[in-house]
Amino acid sequence: MVGEGVMAMDKALKEPQVVITDVHKSFGTVQVLKGVSMSVRKSEVVCIIGPSGSGKSTLLRCINALVPIDKGSIKVDGIEVNDPKLDELALRRRVGIVFQSYNLFPHRTALQNIMMAPVHVLRQDKAEVEARARKLLAKVRLSEKADSYPGELSGGQQQRVAIARSLCMMPDVMMFDEVTAALDPETVKEVLNTIRELAAEGMTCILVTHEMGFAREVADTVHFTDHGRIVESGDAKAFFTSASDPRTREFLTQVL
Amino acid sequence: MESIQAWFRRLYDETGINLTIFYDPWDGLKYLKGIGLTIELAVLSVLLSLVVGVVGAWLQGVRFAPLRWLVYGYIQFFRNTPPLAQLYFFYFGLGALVPTTTNAFGLAEPILNNFQWAVIALSFFAGAFNVEIFRSGIEAVPHTTVEAARALGYSRLKSYIHIVLPLAIRICLPSLNNNLVNLVKTTAIAYAIAVPEALYVANQLWSDNLNVPEMMNVVLVTYLTLVGLFVFGVSRIERALHVPGYTPS
Ligand SMILES: Nc1ncnc2c1ncn2[C@@H]1O[C@H](COP(=O)(O)OP(=O)(O)OP(=O)(O)O)[C@@H](O)[C@H]1O
Ligand SMILES: [Mg+2]
Repeated sequence: MVGEGVMAMDKALKEPQVVITDVHKSFGTVQVLKGVSMSVRKSEVVCIIGPSGSGKSTLLRCINALVPIDKGSIKVDGIEVNDPKLDELALRRRVGIVFQSYNLFPHRTALQNIMMAPVHVLRQDKAEVEARARKLLAKVRLSEKADSYPGELSGGQQQRVAIARSLCMMPDVMMFDEVTAALDPETVKEVLNTIRELAAEGMTCILVTHEMGFAREVADTVHFTDHGRIVESGDAKAFFTSASDPRTREFLTQVL
Repeated sequence: MESIQAWFRRLYDETGINLTIFYDPWDGLKYLKGIGLTIELAVLSVLLSLVVGVVGAWLQGVRFAPLRWLVYGYIQFFRNTPPLAQLYFFYFGLGALVPTTTNAFGLAEPILNNFQWAVIALSFFAGAFNVEIFRSGIEAVPHTTVEAARALGYSRLKSYIHIVLPLAIRICLPSLNNNLVNLVKTTAIAYAIAVPEALYVANQLWSDNLNVPEMMNVVLVTYLTLVGLFVFGVSRIERALHVPGYTPS
């Protein structure tokens, strides 16, 4: 009996939550994604690394349909993103994204930023959402900043509010696009700690990052992209020591 | 009250400065009513021009091109023609075309009176500028902020209402203030279609009493006071909308 239960759980963990198949995307004549395929299992932490302009941000934006794809298929929890009748809200409540530049709403307090979307978009009960938002603020260690406006917060604090804002939609997958790139070294730690905790709790995470040490530590799988293609993928532990593709090795020697 | 009236009567007797509105109750009431109508005209056209501005700016962003052209044409027309000519266009031009109803005396009566036409003309006049002002404010809202809203599931309309407009209004409040002050002053052109607002009543009074220079000054002080009150109101709103740590660019 016990063995069966463990096996069922194991299977659930291995079930792919995001499946990306042969995705192509061009902006005008510029081909940004040239056939990208990958899949992300439930609770997996996937890191995407690669040189600037290789299409990492574009790929994340395709996953939650901020950018429509030209060809291929992206499935999130079985929802096909490349579908003209796509229910955008159904998709976006499942996939949260945090950006490099935080992008908080400057006219609302930290608490309000976190509460807005569930109240406005999901029409959830305000009191319920507030309770959840306060818990999330505590989780990112910013309870005392609930009533501060974004302009009154440091970059690292704003970024943690942005993470809490995404989490309040109760997504199944979180995407992080170079969320520490604009921060000074001291505050990078606060934000990475938050992500580390999320990963440990079993949140499915897709992160684009230049923090190789962090990638090596938290990631299960690493994908290296270059010129719109995934050049090399592998288990995180092995990836950094035994990458075989020459472009990957060159990139790694530059950033490590 | 009595003593004020007595003082202005003596002023007239001793200096020849004839301010009938301060000692003749009938004239005084008439001018007050004129000011009242100016305020009514200003408030209604300010509000309606804001609606025109918000809706116009929204329409400028829709996918259906003919609607965008319509808004563009409207803006060009109203920005580049004199407001007085626009008022005549509405009152005499369109006014002749709208259907009439029959009043209690069996006479044909237009469904819109001159006051209502003045409100419409003034709103469309100032509205054209408001569309441009709102649009520049909307364009100044960072596209990354809008993208964050979309990523959280906001539809275009919902992000417009909850995020884009509140930020755009803060960004464009100074230019909006200028345009609306201009609108408050421009209500005086309603004089031309016999709307009994402050300037029109003043004209009637100075024709009766032959006190043109006195009433001219009264009219200017009246507008100065009204605009002053308006600017005070706007600065109160500006303060209420202020967000700590955020300077609208
Ligand atoms: N909206 C857009 N319109 C036109 N071109 C775009 C757009 N978004 C991205 N691109 C182009 O697509 C290419 C890939 O951009 P992307 O932002 O995905 O790269 P990236 O891997 O995230 O780079 P970085 O590490 O610098 O963030 C770039 O050449 C960029 O100029
Ligand atoms: Mg990027």
